[in-house]
Amino acid sequence: MCDTCGCNVTHGNRHLIEAGGKHAHTEDGGEAVEVLQNLLSENDHQAGHNREHFARHQVLAINLMSSPGSGKTRLLESTIDALQDRYRIGVIEGDLETENDAERIRRKGVQAVQITTGTACHLDAHMIHQALHRIDLDELEILFIENVGNLVCPASFDLGQHLNVTLLSVTEGDDKPAKYPVIFRTADHVLITKSDLLAVLDDFTPAKAEQAVRQLAVEGPVTLISAKTRDGFGPWLEWLGQQLERMTIRQNDTQPAANLR
Amino acid sequence: MHELSVCLAMLNQVSDIAERERAANVTRIVIRVGPLSGVVPELLQQAFTIARAGTIAEQAELLTEEQPIRVQCLRCGSECEARANHLVCCECGDFHTRLISGDELLLASVEFNR
Repeated sequence: MCDTCGCNVTHGNRHLIEAGGKHAHTEDGGEAVEVLQNLLSENDHQAGHNREHFARHQVLAINLMSSPGSGKTRLLESTIDALQDRYRIGVIEGDLETENDAERIRRKGVQAVQITTGTACHLDAHMIHQALHRIDLDELEILFIENVGNLVCPASFDLGQHLNVTLLSVTEGDDKPAKYPVIFRTADHVLITKSDLLAVLDDFTPAKAEQAVRQLAVEGPVTLISAKTRDGFGPWLEWLGQQLERMTIRQNDTQPAANLR
Repeated sequence: MHELSVCLAMLNQVSDIAERERAANVTRIVIRVGPLSGVVPELLQQAFTIARAGTIAEQAELLTEEQPIRVQCLRCGSECEARANHLVCCECGDFHTRLISGDELLLASVEFNR
């Protein structure tokens, strides 16, 4: 949503702008001004700025979201192992405390910046911007942002990412997408992780989880994956490659126009 | 949990508007919140009673207008009301739908005295 193109005007609020003028008098003699601005417009503005940074350096930014313990860091470790020879990867880690996750990623030989949020339950665009100053974007093609483990709050804050990947581990229950629709709805790719544990869990049905995701009008792929056995890694890595290619093509398309300006 | 962050961002915007309008105090803030915005109006109200202290909106009331969830089917074109975890078309059942209302998180208006 933004305030320039009018995409924040919906049928629910249209009457406010069409009511005739921005200013009005209230019944008790005060004044009223109509605003119609996103409550998080400051964050969204910063997110737009982050996106410009990514575009300038041709970096694909992917926001990973899930509940704590569903395997985001482990997924990143295995993904880095598989792609390190092909792509230059960097990671921003978000946690309330400790450098543990960034250290795990650095051991793989890639750049990692840890954001410790203290008590904040999500990352926001300002935190990402600060972290970007500690990362050499020229050295990267893909930047993964591992959000704070939380299925609620991260969904409300745009970081400037191009894509959202939401993880659901098989130990969590196949109805999670129905319980936490806001975060799963924004997913460009849903990964059902820890598939190696399915053999011992008889109460998680991947098809049911996928159905719950589709009920949220999500069109992107739903992939069953194990970072441990690498089952399902083929489609996941292929998807990453496609997204990177798509972004490069898009940027090449806009190059002449940008030069003309 | 993140409602306090949202509330502080809102109060920043309200303060900017009040300053621009040369308001002496803000009496009412109206926001529009959809169920898919990820913000719980009740928690925002609670955060507001704490966060407004010491601001130009100290005496203001916060009014939330909740928005309905509505989707439009990309296959058959029907428009229908939907639930947060059931955003499929109510006519043909297809999941290729577009959200037309329900994720709003908007500052609608600010009322004040000069």
